[in-house]
Amino acid sequence: MQEFSFGQLSFLAGELVLALSVGELLLIGIFVSKYGASIVRYASIAVLLIFAFSGFILNGTGSAFNGAFISDDFSHYVKALIGVTAAITLWFSRDWLKRENLDQYEYSILMIFAVLGMGIMVSSGNLLTMYVGLEMQALALYVMAAFNRDSLRASEAGLKYFVLGALSSGMLLYGMSLIYGFTGTLSFAQIAIVLSGQESVNMGIVAGLVFMLAGLAFKISAAPFHMWTPDVYEGAPTPVTAFFAGAPKLAALALITRLITGPFGEISQSWVQVLVVLAVMSMIIGAFGALMQTNIKRLMGYSSIANMGYALVALAAGGIAGVSGMLIFMSIYLVTVVGVFAAIMQMRTRDGALEGIADLAGLSKSNLPLSLVMTALMFSLAGIPFFMGFFGKWFALTPAFEAGLTWLVVVALLASVVGAFYYLRIIKTIWFDDQAHTFVKAPRSLTLISSASALLLFPILLLPFVTAPARALIEAAAASLF
Amino acid sequence: MFVEMLPAIAFYILAATAVGMAFMVIASRNPVHSVVFLIGTFLASAGLFVLMGAEFLALLLIMVYVGAVAVLFMFVVMMLDVDFVEMKQGFLQYLPIGGVVACILLAEMILVGAASLVNPGAGVKFAEDGTSNIEAIGNVLYTEYAFFFEAVGLILLLAMVGAIVLTLRKRDGVKTQNISEQIARTREGGVELVDIKPGEGIGS
Repeated sequence: MQEFSFGQLSFLAGELVLALSVGELLLIGIFVSKYGASIVRYASIAVLLIFAFSGFILNGTGSAFNGAFISDDFSHYVKALIGVTAAITLWFSRDWLKRENLDQYEYSILMIFAVLGMGIMVSSGNLLTMYVGLEMQALALYVMAAFNRDSLRASEAGLKYFVLGALSSGMLLYGMSLIYGFTGTLSFAQIAIVLSGQESVNMGIVAGLVFMLAGLAFKISAAPFHMWTPDVYEGAPTPVTAFFAGAPKLAALALITRLITGPFGEISQSWVQVLVVLAVMSMIIGAFGALMQTNIKRLMGYSSIANMGYALVALAAGGIAGVSGMLIFMSIYLVTVVGVFAAIMQMRTRDGALEGIADLAGLSKSNLPLSLVMTALMFSLAGIPFFMGFFGKWFALTPAFEAGLTWLVVVALLASVVGAFYYLRIIKTIWFDDQAHTFVKAPRSLTLISSASALLLFPILLLPFVTAPARALIEAAAASLF
Repeated sequence: MFVEMLPAIAFYILAATAVGMAFMVIASRNPVHSVVFLIGTFLASAGLFVLMGAEFLALLLIMVYVGAVAVLFMFVVMMLDVDFVEMKQGFLQYLPIGGVVACILLAEMILVGAASLVNPGAGVKFAEDGTSNIEAIGNVLYTEYAFFFEAVGLILLLAMVGAIVLTLRKRDGVKTQNISEQIARTREGGVELVDIKPGEGIGS
């Protein structure tokens, strides 16, 4: 048993900052009545940014609490992405919440809790750590989905998410108890040692692994565990949907990566098939389910199902190339999705927010900048060459091709061709249909974020002085897992 | 002979009760009955824990699940639209069944007690040096598992924040007591001296 020392706490400095600031911010929110919500929001943004960069600044690699909490290059990189995405979504939700009369300080507190849970998930080196982190972020997300409690659809979304989330937690726990029963340990490192000593893989362990992957597939909304996604995306308040689409997906994918490279790295034949099935079903259901959608938030729900499929293709390839492919794909996806939702939140007339795809008709005539931004984002999501989305898919699919999963890559390409149809349909609606609405002037934070995101998706990032350091970070992150 | 088989008999009765009650939770039409069967399931499982020598877990199961969770469920069920008049009509009719359930539970408790008296050494040994399992849990809970303990505490705080966010409503026009205002009242602010002329009263 490893002795505890206070030096170990530096590995979880980011999480400690979040946990301690929650208490302070709650008090500020309660006692400062007039500007409480604003103060808590800006303080939370600062805290989230500190969390995001604490890993890189302290740069400590090691583990605390007998290996239960791991700090390495992988966790630093993923946490930086999660923290920055959460801070940006918190920043641009201000205006929307104010207009819907929802501007309560608890929103920021819940966001911090969710990010804290994700931080614990990403760093987990133990089945218990993993479950505690997962539940913490899930509980915060359930409440955020139902945050607009006077709206029937938001309450329905929250309840649906909660009930199905509880079901998935049950599957995850069942799998974890099987793993614990058959290996006799909770620690990832110990499980890996036990498994490497076995000649053939025990069926109980395989069953446990499948149950755990099913529980986690629910969190990343991979088919066939996707049924909650469209309803929750549509029902939840738009800034909350923007948050759902980004950070939690990356955190759960990072957890899957940790599981399949750490404890179950030795028995890859048992999980590759599971990941392949999840990837194929997600890509197909995501591509065909989105075809008939009329609500843009539902459409983004199906789009995220399909995109999780591409990320799983990269993971199914395994190895450093697969993990870094997943990280590159997810980094570009997060940039895109934050921009898309910042653009969706600008769809607002005097009578309130709009969500229909038809409401975008003729946008190019009334709001040229927003139409250009939307077009760039949709081209990137569709994977049109020389937008960053193309390179995301390229890096996600290449490792699978090299690992001999050619047919899987073919399925992915076919699915992305089908997917391109509905992204292009939005562009067609924007540029060639008759004008439907004139949107009110959007707040600066939204226009700034959506334009920045669209600009980032142009191949400016291909310039070597941006690409090289980013690639180096991602390669180091992926290599630290092996 | 019979005495030696007591733990096995106790196990089979408890296990059968737990499974049967769990089935009745989902089979019974009345939600209140479901909750009562659920409590029965918890009690039977607690008995199983005692048989295994995990008396701390048994007590925990009764305190947490029967004491808190089941009561909470009961509240939720009461909120549902259940016709209690119709339910009460069948009270005498169900009395024998209730009696049987009560007898089974009583028999279980006696058997568990007797089994542990007959064979005190039976069950899982949690520590070699004879520490009880409550001590063994206490030894690791705040040392080896301190991180999880704190993290679970944060989840509880989150649950509180979430419950308040979803249910607390600020209402206008509520008459609340302001103690400092009450104490700060002076004679000048609280008493009005009126000079009343005889025979006229103060009526306007």
